[in-house]
Amino acid sequence: MGGTKLKLRRIQWIQVVLAVSVVLAVTACAKKKPPAPPPAPPPSPAPTAMLTANPNAIVAGQASTLTWRTDFATDVSIDGIGKVDPSGSMKVTPSDSTTYRLVAKNDTGSKEATARVTVTPAPPPPVTSSTPSESDAQLFSQNVKDVFFEYDSSEITAQYHSVLQANARFLQQHPNITFVIEGHCDERGSTEYNLALGDERANAAKQVLVQQGVSGGRIRTISYGKEKPFCTESTEECWQQNRRAHFVYGK
Amino acid sequence: MKRFAAIFLSAVIASAAFGAPPPPQDWIRTGTGLGVEKIRLAVPDFKTATDPDSKKLAATFNVTLWNDLQAAGIFDIVSQSFYPLSAPGVPQEVRLGEWAAPPPNAGMLVFGNVAVQGGSLAVQGWLYDVKNAQSPQVLGKQYREDANDDNARLIAHRFADEIIFRLGGGIPGIAESRIYFVSSRSGAKEIWQMDYDGANQKQITHLGTMALSPHASPDGSRIAFSGVSNVEWQILMYSLELNRAVSFPRFQGTNLSPAWSSDGKWLAFSSSRAGDSEIYVADVMGSNPRRLTNSKGPDVSPTWNPKTNAQIAWVSGRTGLPQIYTMESDGTNVVRMTDQGYAVSPSWSPNGQLLAFAWVRHYGPGAPGASDIYVMDVASKQWVQLTHDGGRNDFPTWSPDGRHIAFQSNRTGKTQIWSMLADGSQARQLTTAGQNSQPNWSFK
Repeated sequence: MGGTKLKLRRIQWIQVVLAVSVVLAVTACAKKKPPAPPPAPPPSPAPTAMLTANPNAIVAGQASTLTWRTDFATDVSIDGIGKVDPSGSMKVTPSDSTTYRLVAKNDTGSKEATARVTVTPAPPPPVTSSTPSESDAQLFSQNVKDVFFEYDSSEITAQYHSVLQANARFLQQHPNITFVIEGHCDERGSTEYNLALGDERANAAKQVLVQQGVSGGRIRTISYGKEKPFCTESTEECWQQNRRAHFVYGK
Repeated sequence: MKRFAAIFLSAVIASAAFGAPPPPQDWIRTGTGLGVEKIRLAVPDFKTATDPDSKKLAATFNVTLWNDLQAAGIFDIVSQSFYPLSAPGVPQEVRLGEWAAPPPNAGMLVFGNVAVQGGSLAVQGWLYDVKNAQSPQVLGKQYREDANDDNARLIAHRFADEIIFRLGGGIPGIAESRIYFVSSRSGAKEIWQMDYDGANQKQITHLGTMALSPHASPDGSRIAFSGVSNVEWQILMYSLELNRAVSFPRFQGTNLSPAWSSDGKWLAFSSSRAGDSEIYVADVMGSNPRRLTNSKGPDVSPTWNPKTNAQIAWVSGRTGLPQIYTMESDGTNVVRMTDQGYAVSPSWSPNGQLLAFAWVRHYGPGAPGASDIYVMDVASKQWVQLTHDGGRNDFPTWSPDGRHIAFQSNRTGKTQIWSMLADGSQARQLTTAGQNSQPNWSFK
């Protein structure tokens, strides 16, 4: 008796499994069917799409303008933004580098276009609260170069004389910029003597700029001696890095 | 008494006789290592009651007194293991014979007692000439202060100074002197102070930028130092009486390394107010600064001859690497003292005869030699090297008695303040926290 009941149950299970697989097979076949031909005989052309970002490289916090144009599309969207007009433009301020993807669709098909905006991290805000224009600070750091010194010397060598001349040209083109020249020394030698030596280095650099026509009133100098090294290893390479007149924007 | 007088006399003669032919170890008369036999001094622990308060303060007193006498550099202190079993607490308990005979074989005996009663600390102390049975007492002193650890130290310092004064040729002891210095332990470099033995370290300035080169005024009321104020190096002044900064005029340029004349009337310092760094002297209010030097290159770190205030030694880079120079305090009669290497941080001895300074004798790019402390006789330019332990040793400063020199050294890896006898012996480390530099010993 018990055996019969068991058999019966098994049969029922087999039936269920069969039924399910039939259903699956049917739906699978249905998916494989080609799409039904559109009812309207004149098929619309495939959509076109174009997306640009201007500028395509920004500093974090700045904006870039996305501009796009599509033709024949019935549905246009940009990832991360959503549905948009078929053609248009908008400002974006991504915090990280982003690739924008535009998808234009219609009954015939779809078309993608991408544009990448590269974002560089914002420079730290200038210490002064006098809200100097950011571009000035950037230009300053790009154009005004530090000068380096021989051991126990505050003499500007020919190589760095031309660096200072280039600095002076930039500074004359930007007469509103004020700045500090910091004098630095390597770790060897004594605290007090190095402060005086750093002072001479800063003043030597200042004098060349003044000779080149930069107003002395725009320049402050301070010596840090060996108190604020750029590099802390006890090697000649490192010492060379620390024997410098360092230019700092503002103040 | 006769014996004591003889010892006293020989010490005075020894410290005064500069012209005598020098013994090989220490031809420079620094007041120590003079070839005179040091006095053998026995210092048994002072007697006290058995209650915990008495025992604690007596322990502080005994350690401090022992260390002060040891540090003085003029005694040969007899090891306690040679002492008789019972130490005297009052004169009636003294048996001179026990101390005069071997093993202690002492010349002098220091003894006494410490009592804590009703919140006050009372100390009686005696100094006995062991070999003078007739009238052995050289000193007898009594002290009473509120009972606390600081006062136990203070009384020990005072009694030690009395003993040192009596046995050390009439030169006052330094146990109550202080050392000012620069420490970065709070984060920024600030001015700190401590007792001469490294105890009681306290922060003085809270500039928050950078404070360097402290120099205490002769009366101990003010500290002059150089600090970054409004993005400029200025001479700044701090009153130890008011516990706050007091005004001092600002000068243009970089202003560094102030130094007081010993009469408290003048400050010498380095200033680049006219473009190049030069030595100036102003009165202590900062008025009427006048320039003493006029040469290209750094001129820094002035120090007055404290005996006369008629001369200044300083560091100049006028010929390249920094060297020590001297001049009259009106800027005339410039004499170059060092002939080679890298010589900085001069400090003029209280007796006016010696310059201590830091010197890398063989110096050059690629050859970072050790910076060591040297002492030079100003008249003859003869010098002697005091440190030999490697590392960078810098900023020597004389103790008021001229027997000690404090300095900074990185021989342990970190820059710390050390002191030593002026013959280079008995070096000991005074600071351990953070990095510490530029010691300046008080005038008294």
